[in-house]
Amino acid sequence: MKRFFGFVRKEFYHIFRDWRTVIILFGMPAIQLLLFGYVITNEIKDVGIAVFDQSKDEVTIKLTNKIASSGYFKIIDHVESYQDIERIFKKGKVKEIIVFEQDFAKKLKKEGIADIQLLTDASEPNTANLIVNYTSGIIASFNKELNPLANSKMRITPEVRMLYNPELKGVFMFVPGIMAMLLMLVSAIMTSISITREKELGTMEVLLVSPLKPVQIIFGKVMPYVFLAFADALIIIAIGHYVFGMPILGSLGLLMLESLIFITVALALGILISTVTNSQQIAMMLSMVALMLPTILLSGFIFPIENMPWILQVLCQLMPPKWFIIIIKSIMLKGNGFLFVWKETLILLGMAAFFIILSIKKFKIRLEG
Amino acid sequence: MHSNSIISVKNLVKKFGSFIANDNLTFDVKQGEIFGFLGANGAGKTTAIRILCGLSYPTSGDVKIAGHDIYREREQIKKKIGYMSQKFSLYEDLTVYENIRFYAGIYGIDRKTIKLRTEELLEKLKMKEIRDKLIKDLPLGWRQKLAFSVAIFHNPAIVFLDEPTGGVDPITRRQFWEMIYQAANEGITVFVTTHYMDEAEYCHRVSIMTEGKIAAIDTPLKLIEKYKAKNMDEVFLKIARA
Amino acid sequence: MKTILFILQKEFIQIFRNKTMLPIIFVVPIIQLLVLVHAATFEMKHIKMYVVDNDMSATSRKMISKFSGSPFYKIKFISFSYPDAEKCLQNGSVDVVLRIPVHFERDLFKSDEAKVQLSVNAINGVSAGLIYAYSNQIISSLNRELISKNISVNENTVAPENINVTYTHWYNPQLNYKTFMVPGILVLLVTLIGLFLAGMNVVREKEIGTIEQINVTPIKKYQFMAGKLIPFWIIALFELAFGLTLGKLLFNIPMVGNLGLVFLSGAVYLIAVLGMGLFISTLANTQQQAMFLSFFFMIVFLLMSGLFTSVESMPNWAQQFNRINPIAYFIKIMRMVLLKGSGFSDIKYEFYTLIFIGLGVMTLAVRRYRKVA
Repeated sequence: MKRFFGFVRKEFYHIFRDWRTVIILFGMPAIQLLLFGYVITNEIKDVGIAVFDQSKDEVTIKLTNKIASSGYFKIIDHVESYQDIERIFKKGKVKEIIVFEQDFAKKLKKEGIADIQLLTDASEPNTANLIVNYTSGIIASFNKELNPLANSKMRITPEVRMLYNPELKGVFMFVPGIMAMLLMLVSAIMTSISITREKELGTMEVLLVSPLKPVQIIFGKVMPYVFLAFADALIIIAIGHYVFGMPILGSLGLLMLESLIFITVALALGILISTVTNSQQIAMMLSMVALMLPTILLSGFIFPIENMPWILQVLCQLMPPKWFIIIIKSIMLKGNGFLFVWKETLILLGMAAFFIILSIKKFKIRLEG
Repeated sequence: MHSNSIISVKNLVKKFGSFIANDNLTFDVKQGEIFGFLGANGAGKTTAIRILCGLSYPTSGDVKIAGHDIYREREQIKKKIGYMSQKFSLYEDLTVYENIRFYAGIYGIDRKTIKLRTEELLEKLKMKEIRDKLIKDLPLGWRQKLAFSVAIFHNPAIVFLDEPTGGVDPITRRQFWEMIYQAANEGITVFVTTHYMDEAEYCHRVSIMTEGKIAAIDTPLKLIEKYKAKNMDEVFLKIARA
Repeated sequence: MKTILFILQKEFIQIFRNKTMLPIIFVVPIIQLLVLVHAATFEMKHIKMYVVDNDMSATSRKMISKFSGSPFYKIKFISFSYPDAEKCLQNGSVDVVLRIPVHFERDLFKSDEAKVQLSVNAINGVSAGLIYAYSNQIISSLNRELISKNISVNENTVAPENINVTYTHWYNPQLNYKTFMVPGILVLLVTLIGLFLAGMNVVREKEIGTIEQINVTPIKKYQFMAGKLIPFWIIALFELAFGLTLGKLLFNIPMVGNLGLVFLSGAVYLIAVLGMGLFISTLANTQQQAMFLSFFFMIVFLLMSGLFTSVESMPNWAQQFNRINPIAYFIKIMRMVLLKGSGFSDIKYEFYTLIFIGLGVMTLAVRRYRKVA
């Protein structure tokens, strides 16, 4: 037993003596939370627009001012002719051009209807959509002001409740994903690299010849990463909660338990990879491509799974991070208890069992082979 | 100092912080001689040889290599020396020919000459068939000989060998030293460090370093006489213990 | 000069003899384009909706049919029970609940005002915003229909004035998210090669120990660096071409502008990227460290660069940061030239800034490499 702890301690030294690894392990979560939390957003503010006012009457000028002072838009260019439009869009600073038709005010009074055309630079499709929405909104409210006798207006007012995340904070979606990513990084990738490094250096053989049993060796290699992963998970939750105000509505204990299960799955995957190759470089590449990328892309971390084509959605079901993220969101943001997540937990447990058995088998084969 | 000194070192000092690795070294190496640079591990050998090769700067002292000052004329020095490290420094994922072509090309030899000289060399070493084999597929002894040949391919004035015979069997070591003698005969000065004291006896002159200083410098025979020893092994032990 | 050629020869042989290199060069772009582009979308399709219709009127049914007729929505359940709807939100089987209260139609026609309730699962803030926007559009359009139909019902002395708003989306009329993503993914591709592989290549020499041998020879440091970086500059540009071809074949992305401009910008951009790779290599002793550091830096720069979300939406500090983020500039250039056909004068600012950043980073990296290696 003492031998075992000595071995574990050595592993800790390995990790902490490499300052770069430490920075990445603890700095990355913090920085990523910051980035994801504040940077990935689709808010509209100070969007550059231009106005092609073919009337220049008091109505158009009033409406233009209203749009310009909304805080969402900023008028940064003029359009005097239709040829101008393409030129201005190409410059890349204007995202929307508002076109008032000629004799706007006159037409409104006489015929009761006048046209505004919104031209958007839709190379950023979501933004374009939002821009149209906001602009239309402003125009609609202006429209109402034009008609003070509101009885001709039937108004359907949607009341919106944003549940679980009333301020639409981006962080909430990302904290679970960052947790999954980091746990995967620490548990799987670093483990696989650590084991293969030992093999590459030749010290693995020394270990195997020693009185330590293979199981103990694997455990010993893996133990520090379990602690690290746990510590990381706690750090992320803490930063998410105290810095970004992410709620922990559900049980913290359940959260930790689920994290442990996920860590186990990730560890098993890391060990599995280490049985496939002796080279650190290949272990690294494999982990990156087979574990990290799918975790980022196919787990619902950033991009919602429901929007992906069917084949990819099937692939996503096989990704452990996907289930983990669902569980975390469920517990933290919705306050769900075990009853709501038992299905996903079972799936994770199944995956854990499967990968552990597989990796043990492969490891044994490697040893005897 | 002497007119035919090809390496001249005067009061060379190298400090790492407060630790003095080379403490006022002063010695000469004559042109065409095989000079053995001996010492225990940690005595400062590697530090000194790295300075002589231009891999690091002295803290103070005068060093002249092949007539050039080590502070101001490094580029000229590099053209005139060859180097073979402990690891043999050939690229494992390149073939024999590709390695030679690369290193020779760097020293400015044109492609035609490279081709010709390579053929002659491989013929001499009886390695013609392995011209296009990857280094990693060759046994250690062959790599060693090749590494040496590459180091002197451009006919340098001096070749520095850092523990060149580590891990190689006695027969191969013997053959290797024959190659060294041949090179010396052709006028190349050989500066070699080694742990094997029997190899020390192959050198024209040797110096022994302990704790950053040169404790002895002379021909092997004279040292054996002076220290009343049976062989260089004993000389070394006597000096190292003192 | 000739020395560099010898070095390049050796480097290329080593790169291509490395069995993992060729698959990386050819397979990675394909995978990235196939998987990434399809996966990396914020496009909203099939918003799952639960309708609680407590009114059961003609108007409420009209509203429901408008939603079910929209390609964006999928009405999963209709019932009277709001608690049931909430449960579905809770367990994630729907994204939004539309609740039409009792007396909806009556209130609308009698008092000209009626409310409906939208409860949105806002965990994904971005999606929630979009869901709200889309829902609002549908409700507004229903509103307009009702108004125009019933304009004669309500008499009034003042003629109503209606502003009619239409919109056209330029350069991407179908709001195809892929069109937006592919240029960005190409930038990612090229950056990966430049940053990761080049950096690791430099470190590799340190790791296998031949760096000492190199330092003893007359090779000058700049020749060594050029030899290490130029191959990847070439390979990365090749990847750009390969990626563009794939993009055209697989997604039929528009290539409205001058491709020469794209490659010119790419060549300049790569100088910045390679510089970063070189700099990272001075911080690392093993290839593993180089990889982690590159990964770390890349994620930061990439997320900020506007690859996934537009730069203008970001907070001020982020936008300031992006002034020195070469990835942001190159993505902008790519999108402008490919999708809009912008010319050199339009991207002048970005282009010159790229040159400036590239030379700056490269100089810093070279200086540091000289000192440390």
